[in-house]
Order: sequence, then structure tokens, then C-alpha cells
Amino acid sequence: MTTTKKQLHRIDLIFKNEQDCKEILRNALARSNQEVINEMVNSGLKGRGGAGFPTGLKWKLTAEQKVDEKFVICNADEGEPGTFKDREILTRVPHKVLSGMAVCAKIIGARKGYIYLRGEYKFLVPNLKKELRRFHDILDELGLDFRVEIFMGSGAYICGEESALFESMEGKRGEPRNKPPFPTEIGYLNKPTVINNVETLAHSYTILKYGAKKFRELGVKDSRGSKVFSVSGDTPIPGIYELELGMSVQDFVDDFGDGDTKAVQVGGASGFLVPRKRFGKTSIGYQGKLTGISLPTGGSMMIFNSSRSMYNVLNNYLDFFEEESCGQCTPCRVGCQQLLKGIKAVKRGEKPASYLDQLLKLTDTMKLTAKCGLGQSVANSFSSIVENFREEMIY
Amino acid sequence: MDFQEKLVHDLVAKHGTDRENLLPILQGVIDQERYLSEEAILKIAKEMSIPAADVYGTATFYSFLDTDPRGKYVIRVCKTITCAMKGKNQIIQAIENFLKIKVGETTIDKKFTILQTNCLGWCHKAPAMLVNDDVYTELTPESVVDILREYREEN
Ligand SMILES: Cc1cc2nc3c(=O)[nH]c(=O)nc-3n(C[C@H](O)[C@H](O)[C@H](O)COP(=O)(O)O)c2cc1C
Ligand code: SF4
Ligand code: FES
Repeated sequence: MTTTKKQLHRIDLIFKNEQDCKEILRNALARSNQEVINEMVNSGLKGRGGAGFPTGLKWKLTAEQKVDEKFVICNADEGEPGTFKDREILTRVPHKVLSGMAVCAKIIGARKGYIYLRGEYKFLVPNLKKELRRFHDILDELGLDFRVEIFMGSGAYICGEESALFESMEGKRGEPRNKPPFPTEIGYLNKPTVINNVETLAHSYTILKYGAKKFRELGVKDSRGSKVFSVSGDTPIPGIYELELGMSVQDFVDDFGDGDTKAVQVGGASGFLVPRKRFGKTSIGYQGKLTGISLPTGGSMMIFNSSRSMYNVLNNYLDFFEEESCGQCTPCRVGCQQLLKGIKAVKRGEKPASYLDQLLKLTDTMKLTAKCGLGQSVANSFSSIVENFREEMIY
Repeated sequence: MDFQEKLVHDLVAKHGTDRENLLPILQGVIDQERYLSEEAILKIAKEMSIPAADVYGTATFYSFLDTDPRGKYVIRVCKTITCAMKGKNQIIQAIENFLKIKVGETTIDKKFTILQTNCLGWCHKAPAMLVNDDVYTELTPESVVDILREYREEN
């Protein structure tokens, strides 16, 4: 090959070594709550845990609740296959995450915060505790009555879903609740709660430091700022990269692929598979509703080259969902089992190829009737794989 | 008071009897005993005044809160997509051959249990595994045996 490889612009904000959180906090705490909320709203920051809810609005809604006790929770359950950026953020810049939590706490009126850390990341605890002690000293110095504790998960993907996470913290099975009510009203211990992803909180530090305007200069309409991507699979350069939102999958593949990329899974097992023919037409962001043209993501980008069987990929995802479904509602519990059994039966020739269409209908039903995001999103990878790689499902 | 009674008693004293403290208490027992025996569950239920069925129901929800006896070292090999693509089967094979047990089993000396688990958050360094709380990445059939040999030969 003679062409030089095109490279996406690398951003260096989140992991930038900045030790000025005392100053940032002092300034933020001196501003009025309204001012800080406006800054957050104007930045356009949307949640980086996957769903993309506007962060400023979440803080505002919780601040408006007239209740004495409220909580700030950092969601560090990071269980979506292919996602590993929150671990890196908590390892390298935990003080930024904590600063985000503290400013949020001041605005909404919370005195207590938690980091819900997945059990698989227990090795991070000693370091985090050291950071917490340092941080609490700073808060004392600044006169903010706020304390953060670590709460350990115990190996359940579903506990990353916010209401399941509350249940888990309350000492129960991690079974998602009905929504509404939303956590901004009824969260942990039924109190108004802001729950944000690790990365979202770290971005709020950047916004407080550099201002909403600077943050908005990155990204595209409706998808402002940078995003930390977890890149894995068939790539010569797997790892963690901070990139601008709005890039096309084609540009991503040109940069990170191995020259033989067949498909990219955007957003983990609960996200979408983008086949080669759609690379140019698909971008990464949060534009309006899901159209299949712009995909929201928690940042998991898994690359598959032409040596990979898409049947094996789907089988692996369905195994995952079947195991991690909390089993609380029938469409998801039985649906996941049936999908897994179904694709195996088609592969073995025990069911005709047309059975795949029945399974697609089943995922449509799950999308409508499952209680939480897990069951609702099985359809994403299932339909995007089956529709684009039907042959591989059969032969 | 036997060891377990004291363990449960101390954990409850440390965390408190409110239901919110159940997970940390269950995790504390796991740290020491690697699994939640029926006796341990009954003791926790009694100390916290929670029905034993609720304690059991909570514990069985979480894959790290085992209710079956486990070895001193619980090996959890990631079986999710990237690790599967990067040779997790060969890793399992190498472990099974070395320990002479299958996935799901515990060695007779109760030192090792082999399990599989879902994505550990190290896909960029696949294949990955946990041995208790410690992470090992970019495994090869050779390196995994070296790692386990060290565990086997300690003390
Ligand atoms: C099945 C499922 C798993 C989830 N896992 C996580 C997770 O591990 N980390 C996370 O931040 N959000 C996760 N979420 C999203 C959370 O419910 C919630 O939207 C998020 O923590 C809000 O934070 P954000 O607005 O900063 O993104 C999950 C959602 C679902 C449905
Ligand atoms: S959709 Fe699945 S994970 Fe969600 S509540 Fe229903 S059974 Fe549980
Ligand atoms: S797939 Fe194994 S660590 Fe993520």
C-alpha cells in the first residue's frame, strides 16, 4: 500500500494530567447553582453510559426536588462487552470524577455520594481509597459537607442499569424497577438521585475548567464534545482513545482497522453491528432518535475482520444476554432463551431459514414489552446481524 | 464462637444491620471463605434480622456470591466475544490440563476452581482472566500455566 493512513484527531482532555481540582472546585463552588447548571446545559454534554441523556438537565431536575436527602452516584459498573474506558479513567484521573461528583452534590444538595464499582475492578480499591482521603481533605478545606464511599458490585451486568443498581445497593437482587418514576425523583433509598457514568463526571470537570463553549467546539450538532472509545477485536492498535463525536464508521475503520474489516460492533453486545457497506453512511453520536444512521454508544467499538463468523459473534452475544438477563420479566427471560435455541436450530438445519424471520419478530416484541434496556436492546444486535449476514446464520 | 460466627458477627458489627449493608457483608464472607455456606447464610439472616430466604435470594443473584464450595483460588476466564476470538478456548484447555479438572470443578486439595465469566473489561488485552481479585491479561497457553504454577507452589 502506498497511501498514508488517515488518522482521526486524538483529543487529550480527559487523561490530561491536571492537578488543579482544588482550584476548579473552589471556583465552581463560588458560582451560583443556576450558573453552574447553565454551564452544564450549554455544554451539550450527554451521558456517556450509553443512553445519552443530557447531563445538565438531569442535575437541574434533581436540584428542583424539595427533599432533604439526596444522593450522587457514579456508575462504575462497566459491564458492556467491549467497554473498558471507565477503568482507565478511574485509574488515571479519579480526582476529575470526584470533582464532578462534588460539584453535582453541591448543586442538588447531596451530602453523600457513592461509586458503584464492578466486582471485577476490585483491584482498583486501594488506589481509589487513597484518592478519596486526599479528596475529602480538599472538601474539608473548602467547607463542602460531602463524602464519597465505594460500593462494590458482585458480578452482575444488569446492575449497571440504574434502577437495578439502586436495588443492589439496597441489599437486594439487582432487578430493574419500572420507569417512571425516574431517579431524579425516586432513586437510591427512594430519594432523588443523580446517577452518572464515570466518563460523564470526568467531562463535567473539563467543562467547569474550560467552559461550555470550549467543550462545544468539539463534536457535531447534538453530539458535543469528545468521547472515550474502547477499541478491541481485529485491530493492530487496540486500546483506549479519546476522539471527537460525529466521526463516520468509515473514518474509524480507516484508522483502526486491520485492512480487512468486515463489520464493527458499535456500543457493545447491546449496540449495533455495522457491516462494511454501511461504514460510510453511519456516524457515531446521539443525533435525535435512533435511526441507524447515527449510533449512540458507551464507547465500545469491536472490530471484526473477514475471518470471523458472524454466527459465532451472535451466538456469543445471546449467551451473554441469556446469562445476564435478571429473569424478572417473561419477554426477556424466555425471549433470550428462544433466540439462542432458535439460531442454533437454524444452523443445524432443524429449522428452516424462514424461522429467522419469526425470531426477528420476537425481538420486535421484546423491544416493546421488556421491562428494561437489557431486554429491549437485544433486538439491536440480533436484527443488525441477522439482516446483514443471513447467509452466515444458515450455512 | 466458631470462626464463621465471629466472622459474621464482626462484619455485621462493622457494617450495621440495615438491609443496605447486606452486599458488603456477603462479600466479606466470600473474601474469607470463598463461598456462602448454608450455615453462613443462616447466621447472617439471624444477625441482621432478615429472612434467610431473602439473604439466599439476594446471594444467588450475583455471580461472585457463590453458594457452592469453591477452591482457595477461583479462576474466572473471560468467555465474551473478544476473548473468545483471541483464543480463550486454548487457555481453558491449558488450565484444565494443568489442574486436571474441568470448568466448574474444584481440585481435590481445594486449592483451585475453574469458572468462566463475562467480559472483564480488558478486551484490548484479551484473553483475560481473574484469579480471585487479581487480573491477568494477554494470556497464552504457556503463560497461564506459569501463573498457576506460582499459585500452586506458594507456601
Ligand atoms: C442493561 C444495562 C446496563 C447498563 N450498564 C451501565 C454501566 O455499566 N455503566 C453506566 O454508566 N451505565 C450503564 N447503563 C446505563 C444506566 O442505566 C444509566 O443510564 C447511566 O448510568 C446514566 O449515566 P449517564 O447519563 O452519565 O450516561 C446500563 C443500562 C442498561 C439498560
Ligand atoms: S428486560 Fe430482562 S433484564 Fe430487564 S427486567 Fe426484564 S428480565 Fe430483567
Ligand atoms: S471480552 Fe474478555 S475482557 Fe472483554
